[in-house]
Amino acid sequence: MAPLTHYLVLSAIMFAIGVWGVLRNRNALIIFMCIELMLNAANLSLMAFSSYLKDYTGQVLVFMVMAVAAAEVAVGLAIIISIFRHKESVNVDNVNVMKW
Amino acid sequence: MAMVIFYILAAVMVVSGIMVVTRKNAIMAALFLVVAMTALAGLFVQLGSLFVAALQIIVYAGAVMVLFLFVIMLLNLKKDEFGFDSRLFQRLFGAILGAIILFQLWLIASGYFPYRGPQPIDPEFGDAALLSKKLFIQFLYPFEIVSVLLLAAIIGAVIMARKKSEE
Repeated sequence: MAPLTHYLVLSAIMFAIGVWGVLRNRNALIIFMCIELMLNAANLSLMAFSSYLKDYTGQVLVFMVMAVAAAEVAVGLAIIISIFRHKESVNVDNVNVMKW
Repeated sequence: MAMVIFYILAAVMVVSGIMVVTRKNAIMAALFLVVAMTALAGLFVQLGSLFVAALQIIVYAGAVMVLFLFVIMLLNLKKDEFGFDSRLFQRLFGAILGAIILFQLWLIASGYFPYRGPQPIDPEFGDAALLSKKLFIQFLYPFEIVSVLLLAAIIGAVIMARKKSEE
C-alpha cells in the first residue's frame, strides 16, 4: 500500500486543481464541478487517514461530506437555473449585482 | 503492484482533473469529472473501504453527474458554449470502446481468468457492518441532521428552480 504522504500529496494536488479551476473558469457549471473536485480531495485525505489509523470516524465524515455535497449541488444547480432564467447566461461575470 | 495501481489511478485523477478545469465545453468537463470520481473510487478500494467506494460511484459518478448533465442540457446554451460537434470522433470512439468491450467479453468467455469465487479482503477493516455501527451509534445525531439538511435542500432546490410565472 502506498505511504500516507502519497495520498495526502495527491489530495493536495487535487485541491489545488479545484482552486485553479474556480479561479480560471467563468462558466458557473464548471466552477461547480471544480468545487466538487475540492470536496473529493478533502474526502481522499479523510479516507487515507481513516485507513491508516484504522478508525472509522474518517469514513463517517466522508459519508457526511457526500450528503452535504449532494445537497449543495442540488441547491447550487437550482440557483444556476434561476440565474439563467434572468440573464440568459451562466457566465459569472454577468452576475455582479451584489458586487461592491 | 499496489504502488503501480496507486500511481496509475493518481495519474488518471490528476489528468482528468486538469481536463475538467481546461475544457470550455461543460459536457466534456462533466464527463472528465466522472473519470476523476471513478479513479477516486478505485483509490478508496485500495484503501480498503469498499462501502465508501461503492457510495462514491453511486452518489458522485451516478447521481451528481446525472444532475449536472441534466442541468447542462436544460440550460440550452449557445452553440459556442455547448459546441463539440464532431461525428467522426464519436463514431471512432464508439468503435474503439465497443472493440475493447468485445475483447474483454471474449477474454472472459475463453476462460482466460479462472473464476475463484469471492475473495476476503482484510476482514478487520473496510466492513460496512462496522461502519454502520459507528454511524448509527456514535454519530446518530449528525446522521439525522444530515437527513434533515437533505430534505431542506430538496425543498429549496424545487422552490428556487420553479418558474415564477406559476405563482
